[in-house]
Amino acid sequence: MHDRGGWHDHSPIDRSEHELADWELLVDALVGSLDRRGVMNVDELRRGIESMPAEAYERASYYERWLSSVETILLEKGVLAPGELDAEVRTG
Amino acid sequence: MTYAPGDRVRVSARSHQGHHRTPGYLKGRTGRVERVRGSFTDPETSAYGGDGRPERRLYLVGFAQTELWPGYPGAATDRLLADVFEHWLEPA
Repeated sequence: MHDRGGWHDHSPIDRSEHELADWELLVDALVGSLDRRGVMNVDELRRGIESMPAEAYERASYYERWLSSVETILLEKGVLAPGELDAEVRTG
Repeated sequence: MTYAPGDRVRVSARSHQGHHRTPGYLKGRTGRVERVRGSFTDPETSAYGGDGRPERRLYLVGFAQTELWPGYPGAATDRLLADVFEHWLEPA
């Protein structure tokens, strides 16, 4: 999903504010620390978001897109192994 | 080619495969340089593991909203301000 800005939408933009959930704060912190450690930068974050399938992009919230991109980029760089996150989630 | 505040510039209409920060709705449109932001790493390479060098000069460019959006309902003096890299600009 690339260059979404300026498209016509079927519904108005939701401008309401909402409290950030704990996981959203953690995703923000995660991206900040990955950047500071030189693991991935903001341009890679954006590219990872743009690589999402259109349908998944539209369905996802702001930080869900960030999280999707982090997984994409870290897999690409070999920081995460394929299946590693799923296995971790299953074992808790 | 470098630009100074007040210069008329056109955003290149070329397409670009891959990550770039030039919004599609500005491509081919003419605006005016408002400010020189400075030089920054190039997202078109730093999004793919490169170091983003050489740095590219970035400009704040102002566009008339009425020229961007057909039937724009706001004031004729409304402007849209966007950061555009030098290699996406042409003299107008």
